[in-house]
Amino acid sequence: MADDSVNSKAFPNATAPNATDPIVVVDDVSIKFDMKPVLQNISFRVEGGETRIILGPAGGGKSVLMKLINGLIQPDSGKILVFGEDVTSMKEVDLFKLRARIGMVFQESALFDSLSVADNVAFRLHEERAPEDQVHQRVEQVLQFVDLDHTMEKFPPELSGGMRRRVSIARAIITNPDLILYDSPTGGLDPITSTTIVDLVIKQRDVSHTTSLMITHRLQDAFLVARSRFNTKTNKVEPIPDGGIDDSTKFLVLNEGKIVFDGSTEELVHSTDPWLKDYLS
Amino acid sequence: MPFVSPEIFAKQRIAAIQEYSVLSWRAVTNVFSRPRYWADVYTQMDSIGVGSMPIVVLTGFFTGCVLALQSATSLQEFGSVSLTGNLVALSMVKELGPVLTGLMVSGRNASGMASEIGSMKVTEQIDAMRALGTDPLRKLVTPRLYATVFMLFFLTILSDAFGIAGGALVSVALLGLNASSYFHNSYRALAYGDVVQGLTKPLFSGFIIATVGCYFGMTTKGGTQGVGRSTTQAVVVSSVFIIIVDLLVTRAMIGIFGR
Repeated sequence: MADDSVNSKAFPNATAPNATDPIVVVDDVSIKFDMKPVLQNISFRVEGGETRIILGPAGGGKSVLMKLINGLIQPDSGKILVFGEDVTSMKEVDLFKLRARIGMVFQESALFDSLSVADNVAFRLHEERAPEDQVHQRVEQVLQFVDLDHTMEKFPPELSGGMRRRVSIARAIITNPDLILYDSPTGGLDPITSTTIVDLVIKQRDVSHTTSLMITHRLQDAFLVARSRFNTKTNKVEPIPDGGIDDSTKFLVLNEGKIVFDGSTEELVHSTDPWLKDYLS
Repeated sequence: MPFVSPEIFAKQRIAAIQEYSVLSWRAVTNVFSRPRYWADVYTQMDSIGVGSMPIVVLTGFFTGCVLALQSATSLQEFGSVSLTGNLVALSMVKELGPVLTGLMVSGRNASGMASEIGSMKVTEQIDAMRALGTDPLRKLVTPRLYATVFMLFFLTILSDAFGIAGGALVSVALLGLNASSYFHNSYRALAYGDVVQGLTKPLFSGFIIATVGCYFGMTTKGGTQGVGRSTTQAVVVSSVFIIIVDLLVTRAMIGIFGR
């Protein structure tokens, strides 16, 4: 495995965020589509090194929130700060520069189907005009990280859903971003493949300590992330001993465009909110 | 299709024109700043230009043949069959070459652009490109625009040449005209203004094909059905625009050159 190599800053991005500053600040954000409110007065913040799991039923506005954070769509009101920069008022050309520090895994992978796996993963490095030998080396490293180094010459339609999702993760982490956005990385996958993907998320969290937001509507995936760790000695994901919980993992629960819960795993489990209790059961 | 109020309909149309204008302006001006995707421009030139050669050559050639046959019938009544070369050359260079080439390339490439970009749009590949820090207009639209304008110019010349050659074949083989006199008359019929007119039109047509094709691709909504709808709209709108702009350019050129 190439844990160290993935952790290495072969392609460092801009400046590392100040450890004390929040990486993402969402402040009173609302958005409507066709007059229908999708998100209403959403406010929360994500600190450096934190893994924020966004839970909630389908259609609750989770993916919209993720796109808003990456500046792919603009809110009707409110402000979103990413690395201290307001993405709601930035020009698209400035957003492209900011996005060099953000990796995003899309719900349906969104791989470029006319490019090979290697070219998909190397897309960002090719755009940065990185030397070809360096690109090749780095592509091999990240594909090894997701256990897909044998698929370099294949095209996305030749891969299974789980493999496509892993390629998408490799593409998102190739430049060691400071923030990773996972939009339902396990959506539509079988339980075994989902566990493989969640293991990758845990591995990325524990090896690189990258700030991340992960959308899921599968409770078992969310709690697996919160209750597991990556053991660098055995190179495997294992449960945290004595029923422990990862401190850097926090939860945000959305329902019908509103925040129902914002806090730690412990607080979520012991919440007395009737809807939340019902949802978690 | 649901009924909407005239006010909403008008607003939607104005918003679409604004969106199309912004896309076209940015597609044109992107070439003046970095990054520039020259490799994509050459790939598109090959796909649009070289790929369209067979249909353009065939269309031009057979149009020239038919034109010679049809005009010879009318010219015979005045005993002027020898002027077939003049008529074929003038019609091909000023009108039929540019317009038919534009329509053929529109049918082949505006649809291709709309469906390719439209498929990328509905599968979130355009969003993924933006998320990876790449401007889709710069990467996808600008290369297609410059490649189409550049290649359509040469495709029109090719179409004109094969049209005149087709007319020559019919004139010599079926009408019994002398080949040398046919080509001499063709050459003599063409004035500077005619050639300028004929070669100005593909610049406009190329712009229309690429911007309309890409616009409908980039605004595709509604899955595979939406891709089909965008493709159809791209061909229809670009074909109609090509004919309307042809009229405007012709009128302007007559104003400038007097013919």
